[in-house]
Amino acid sequence: MWRAKPASLTDGAQSGKLPSAEQADSPTKPKRQRVVLADSRQQKTGIRPRVELAQQTSWGEMLIKDLIGAQLRLGLAIGLVVLVLLGSLPVAFVAAPGFAELTVVGIPLAWLLLGVVPFPLLFGAGLLYNRIAERHERAFVDMIEN
Amino acid sequence: MELNAWALVAVGVVGAATFYLGQHSSRMANSTHDFLLARRAVRSQRNAAAISGEYLSAASFLGIAGVVLKDGADALWYPIGFAAGFLALMLFVAAPLRRSGAYTLPDFMEGRLAASRRIRGFASFVVVLIGVLYLVPQLQGAGLAFATVLPAPVWVGATVVALVVMVNVVAGGMRSITVVQAFQYWLKLFAISLPAFVLGAVFVSGSAGPHSGGLDAQAPPVFPERTTVEIETPVMLQVDEATLLHADGTVNGAPAEGEVFWSSEVSHEVDAGTTLRFDAGTPVPSVEGSVPDNASWLVPGSDGAGGLVGTYSLMIALFLGTMGLPHILVRFYTNPDGKAARRTTVHVLLLLGLFYLFPTMLGALSRLYVPELLVTGETDAAVLLLPSAMLPGVAGQVLAAVIFAGAFAAFLAACSGLVFSVAGVVATDLLPGSVRDFRVASVITAVIPLVLAVVLRPTDLSLSIGLAFALAASTFCPLLVLGIWWRGLTARGALLGMLAGGGLVLIAFGLTLAAGYTGGSVPVLVQRPALVSVPVAFLVMIIASKATQRAVPPGVGALMLGMHAPDPLGFVQDREIPRFGRAEERLRFSKRRHEER
Repeated sequence: MWRAKPASLTDGAQSGKLPSAEQADSPTKPKRQRVVLADSRQQKTGIRPRVELAQQTSWGEMLIKDLIGAQLRLGLAIGLVVLVLLGSLPVAFVAAPGFAELTVVGIPLAWLLLGVVPFPLLFGAGLLYNRIAERHERAFVDMIEN
Repeated sequence: MELNAWALVAVGVVGAATFYLGQHSSRMANSTHDFLLARRAVRSQRNAAAISGEYLSAASFLGIAGVVLKDGADALWYPIGFAAGFLALMLFVAAPLRRSGAYTLPDFMEGRLAASRRIRGFASFVVVLIGVLYLVPQLQGAGLAFATVLPAPVWVGATVVALVVMVNVVAGGMRSITVVQAFQYWLKLFAISLPAFVLGAVFVSGSAGPHSGGLDAQAPPVFPERTTVEIETPVMLQVDEATLLHADGTVNGAPAEGEVFWSSEVSHEVDAGTTLRFDAGTPVPSVEGSVPDNASWLVPGSDGAGGLVGTYSLMIALFLGTMGLPHILVRFYTNPDGKAARRTTVHVLLLLGLFYLFPTMLGALSRLYVPELLVTGETDAAVLLLPSAMLPGVAGQVLAAVIFAGAFAAFLAACSGLVFSVAGVVATDLLPGSVRDFRVASVITAVIPLVLAVVLRPTDLSLSIGLAFALAASTFCPLLVLGIWWRGLTARGALLGMLAGGGLVLIAFGLTLAAGYTGGSVPVLVQRPALVSVPVAFLVMIIASKATQRAVPPGVGALMLGMHAPDPLGFVQDREIPRFGRAEERLRFSKRRHEER
């Protein structure tokens, strides 16, 4: 496939350095384009497993089902932990009125637990989920490409 | 209310900046695809700011402080739920939905379930319903805010906001909206944090003038000085102890003039146009059903098991409802791929968490300094009135104007997002789908809620927003979650589940609305139906799908692969590109997707 794309230094490393002076060309000159015959990145991906995935062979099916299951379990686990942490607060406040009336340096503990603490907790949960989910996906891609 | 000239300047500045940003970037948008999807090259940080900007509506900016003023610690679940909704969205929806290539829920239904035109039409109807339910309180909030700060009747604010939104959406489309929304997030954060810091400092330094008594007292707040309250909408008031006051107008159905004695045994009905005058030190009466004394206001869970059910129901609605809001979903489609969609959501959690620290604080301060709002029931005006009550003179007025500018930005952002997304659905599903149809649709979707907002009785912002969330949680949440994670979902099953869940919420909504007019009260599960309606929707959807298992679309394996395979493998389906894009644009998209890793 013919494909035109702007030159960049990372591409230059693969097929001969381009003159770096090109960056400083006068603005009237059209920007130089480099033409490549095929996208080298496409070939890094293993053809075989990709086809298996795309054609839904039993093996390909099993691979993607595993990934879906792993991501779903991760989502449910993190969601459940957050729900239990937050969801136990109302019960605790009703069941133990003494707990609801505690104060920390003059501020009621309940207001800190409800007004401040949940937000870092939610952000942290999101950060953790993002990290693990991306790790799952990277592992999957590595497995397909090798 | 006397004219606050600073507020006029603030509205002018926000309106002009919005308009300028919208115009400036709309010059570049020319094809339908550009117009609707902002070339899908919006960076994840700016996109996160835009999502947050769009999400922080009147309910967040004014409503939270209002319910905190009225209900105290139990109201703190609103901001928690508003933020937690994005965690649920991230865990179960963000990346797969982005990869599915659907950017509206009807699109998702058609793509995932091979739904017929009629079922798709039903989904569009629910989108419009949620949009309207969400827009009406926004516009009513705008009316209240304008009437609080400027000498203007209530319909003026709603009309001004609807007009600005219409012009902006019609002129610019999504890219200009992205810039505008991102700008408005930062504006809102500034407008709520500056007053919170200044007023907090004033409070701590003790130079804020008389207030209504300790927040942990076993008694209701008291008026710090002689206060006159004008009742503009009829209210039922309760007092905690026998109270002496001056009334001029109609009380309990009979004309009253002069001193009135209220007992704590019964509620007192005050008609519109009545003026009540309280001497300094009089306990503040409060609207029937709210928390009367400060001690139970300060402590969560003070209304026992009934309150517990209400709290959990609210949590479910907010936690699962966010993913079904049309204006939030359409914005996720502007991410280049599934991974970026997830990263955007992490940013959103950070930005929202930062914002929600402040309304709570302002709500607590307003219990001390503007207790008279408990009498009129217009608690949503709390943040707007607080600065002048705490800081007399120019400083207070300037702060009030800053808050008003933020509130105005909140109305604009939420309304333009909603009008944009609902109009998108109307234009593609009910009209042929050109840019011109989109413009017609956006005018329609702005005018209908405007009419409703002026005609209908204003209820508390957070309550009515809560219903919109409950509706989204009982219809689109099960559709999305089951559609993304379970192969067995069928179109028929999805339809029945949405009918069951949505029907329950609408019945509950009708009962609450009727009770509001007749003065009766409804059980907590009718006010907050999500605890029942969401499980019912899930169950019906699963059972009905099992019963129609033969109707599972044949290509479901490929669809699941497209939604869940990591982005670099290139299985992402962009259904809109073959429809709208040109060949070289498609090439550019696919390249950008790889480069952004």
